[in-house]
Amino acid sequence: MEAEIYNARNGSDFHCDVEYAYNSGFGLSHATVDYISNAKGEESWLRKFRHRALDIFFSKDLPKWFDHGEVRAMNFDKIRYYLAQGEKVGHTWEDVPDKIKETFERLGVPENERKFLAGVEAQFDSEAAYSRMKDALLERGVIFVDSTVGLKEYAHIFRKFFATVVPVDDNKFSALNSAVFSGGSFIYVPAGVKVEQPLQAYFRINSENFGQFERTLIIVGEGAEVTYLEGCTAPRFDTSNLHSAVVELIALPGAKIQYITVQNWSNNVYNLVTKRAVAHANGDIRWIDCNIGSKLTAKYPAIILKGERARGEVLSIAVASNGQRQDTGAKMIHLANDTRSNIISKSISIRDGVASYRGLVKIAPGLSGCRNKTCCDALLLNGGSQSATYPMIQSIGSKNRAEHEASVSRIDGEQIFYMMQRGIMEKHALSLSVNGFINDLVREFPMEYSVELKRLIELETENSIG
Amino acid sequence: MSTLEINKLSVSVEGRMILHDFSLLIPEGEVHALMGPNGAGKSSLANAIVGHPHYKIESGDILFDGASIIGLPPDERARLGIFLSFQCPAELPGISVANFMRAALQARSKEHVSATEFYKKLYECMDLLRIDRSFTSRSMNVGFSGGEKKRFEILQILMLQPTCILLDEIDSGLDIDALKIVAKGFNSFRGEGISALVITHYKRLLQHIVPDAVHIMDSGRIVRSGGLELVDSLEESGYQRVGT
Repeated sequence: MEAEIYNARNGSDFHCDVEYAYNSGFGLSHATVDYISNAKGEESWLRKFRHRALDIFFSKDLPKWFDHGEVRAMNFDKIRYYLAQGEKVGHTWEDVPDKIKETFERLGVPENERKFLAGVEAQFDSEAAYSRMKDALLERGVIFVDSTVGLKEYAHIFRKFFATVVPVDDNKFSALNSAVFSGGSFIYVPAGVKVEQPLQAYFRINSENFGQFERTLIIVGEGAEVTYLEGCTAPRFDTSNLHSAVVELIALPGAKIQYITVQNWSNNVYNLVTKRAVAHANGDIRWIDCNIGSKLTAKYPAIILKGERARGEVLSIAVASNGQRQDTGAKMIHLANDTRSNIISKSISIRDGVASYRGLVKIAPGLSGCRNKTCCDALLLNGGSQSATYPMIQSIGSKNRAEHEASVSRIDGEQIFYMMQRGIMEKHALSLSVNGFINDLVREFPMEYSVELKRLIELETENSIG
Repeated sequence: MSTLEINKLSVSVEGRMILHDFSLLIPEGEVHALMGPNGAGKSSLANAIVGHPHYKIESGDILFDGASIIGLPPDERARLGIFLSFQCPAELPGISVANFMRAALQARSKEHVSATEFYKKLYECMDLLRIDRSFTSRSMNVGFSGGEKKRFEILQILMLQPTCILLDEIDSGLDIDALKIVAKGFNSFRGEGISALVITHYKRLLQHIVPDAVHIMDSGRIVRSGGLELVDSLEESGYQRVGT
């Protein structure tokens, strides 16, 4: 049984030895930034941008609510900031080097691409190894490339929106990303184009003592629609890996963006990510954020509701197992009248895992007709499991409404007994109960993901009673 | 084989004795009724038989098919064929009727339970109990009326086909029409190879589920045993007289 759990939970726990043409070496300095900029052959504005960001990173403290001892102890000099093969991005899987292709095949990426995706980008350490989108979308003017290509070939659009949603100095890790970013997706959907099937990015960390800093920028034109999926895995190493992405979404008037994450990093990855979106008038943005892996995740997807009647939603699932800390949440910033936001967060703490919800709902002065509803439910599986909720609501004026509901529950012994009286084994009863707890949220995921998600959660749960 | 034999069973809950040297034999194929005042220990007996963790066996034995089941976890006892229809069935938020029933069915089957066969059987049983088919996607027992919960307990009997059935106040909260449907469901199932214990306060149920024997219980012991005539004298004079 242990072996079975290990294999399924850690089906991604393998790595391959590859030669890197580019390796920035250990540590972080202005020389590191120059190394990355040279490797990518960047223009001087970008090089300056990176250097300025690095200065900000050095000068900034960790966020003040950040009391995680492990992060304070993290040694930024023991990480390599850029590892790349220096090959062109493949547009067919035949173009991808064999070892890397094999990695993504084992992770099921090409299979999913054939089954239900409109486009795929597969990133291996610092750079994309593969990227392809259906021709029909290309003809309609949709752009889906990695950020390196995006900056080269679509600089006029990229530069206009880049770092406008997440300023470089937003926090220490957004500054770090801005200094050393590489990879990630650049998506542009022209006005009126509805991309029916999801676009997917798969982020793979292969190397030890490595930091992955992808930068994703998604711009969706008036009345256009897109769904973006991201998956992430890494092999387990004894040393720490760092993943610190910045993701910016822009929904122009009436546009609709759905961004779905299934984060299953191995338990040695620090996952410190800044995700933020802007919704213009009648825009509609939805973050569906599922965190199962990593050692520590600190991530609070945000939506700035900038135009009237914009809508925002964050659905968050976090599972904190033994030794894990999931510090997740959401931020909703209402800046226009009649904007609506909704946050549903469900967390499960197993053994000594700690899952916390940290949220901010802000309604700017002078507005009316704004609504927020926040609902946080936490489930504790074992005696030592912990959960915490830190909501903050700043609502000014009487013409708006913000509601917050929170619950913490333990698995109900009578429920488990009832199921066992029907012949169901205790561990299965437990996982039925846990799946029941998050079922309404899991249903929001595409089928292919929800099956996988349920399976992962079942295994974590069944493992909890040993 | 489904004979249930309880020998000199003593049970405590949190240090308090609930059953004292309790003995009862229900041979295969028979339905026995168990009556008695509130607090007599009827539900405790049922819970002890199915292995509820709150009930501690102090001494005595419970034999099913001649083998002791004491010490077996509740799910194993269930898979041997022992089923308790709860007085207040637990609500299972987020677990649909269909998912739950299928998990329970799968738990006792070595082969994969196919979706087609499962739904066919489920719909047949639901029709018999006049349960609307839309219930399959609702969370088990959540927001169900008292009567609906009882029908779903019987539905599980029809689906899981246990051989030893304990009905704990299946009639509480049921109107006469629902009672008839529930009794009809049970009667369609009882018979050869099935033993059952029917716990109730009222004669009304026993007019629809006619027992082979009646036992009156008080303070953790059986005080009288007999046939249906015992029920009549109960209705006339109450537990006090019958017990003494």
